[in-house]
Amino acid sequence: MRRSRSKSTSLDEARLRQQAIGVRLRQMFDEVVSEPVPDEFLQILRKADEKRSGDA
Amino acid sequence: MALAARSDDADHKRDEAFRRELVGLIPHLRAFARTLCGDPTAADDLAQDAMLKAWDARKSFEMGTNMKAWTFMILRNQFYSEKRRSWRQSQLDQEAAERTLVAVDDPEAPVALDELRQGLGMLPVEQREALILVGAGGFAYEEAAAICECAVGTVKSRVSRARRALQGILESGAYRRDGSAAGEAMASILAAAERLSQAK
Repeated sequence: MRRSRSKSTSLDEARLRQQAIGVRLRQMFDEVVSEPVPDEFLQILRKADEKRSGDA
Repeated sequence: MALAARSDDADHKRDEAFRRELVGLIPHLRAFARTLCGDPTAADDLAQDAMLKAWDARKSFEMGTNMKAWTFMILRNQFYSEKRRSWRQSQLDQEAAERTLVAVDDPEAPVALDELRQGLGMLPVEQREALILVGAGGFAYEEAAAICECAVGTVKSRVSRARRALQGILESGAYRRDGSAAGEAMASILAAAERLSQAK
């Protein structure tokens, strides 16, 4: 009885730790998503777009 | 002539729609690249390459299908082809660890993120990407499988192995916050992570 309880407790703990890691992981990802996009990206895309227009 | 003009116009409209959607995905491409390869500068280079490749391949994209998954697949392929060429093989980046430590003002909250970052970097890359796609990128297992070009079951097993290994790494304090003996410790850390991830 006692044994099974402690086993389920450690399972719960493991699940909680996994949840905590999952939350952190999403946070790490979302932090970058919410950063403003560096101008460089848009400049590169614009240049590529102009090249296409020039070709046409 | 009029027909050609009309089709040019349609092409232009399609390109515009494509570009808008692609621009909207840039933050996600950056996040995927950053979590995948750790180093922010290398990650932005990777994301830019992927964005350009996507733009160049726009004709082969079917509008209305999942562009996010499509661009992630491009980024991933780019990552692997670069990694084959020159990527520093997933060694623990001691320099980066020390740099972040110096940069951290608040020793409480941000450190946990650093630890996670370090731990992620220690995972085998196929486990890392599976965990990022499913655990952070918001992809279903089926979508992640399509992006990684593998079976759904493979993604599921990689994600669960990654979770266990990551937990093991974080709990054993295997990351080296002080940067000491990181190189020597790597082999045993990876062996421990592998043992952990294989334990049922």
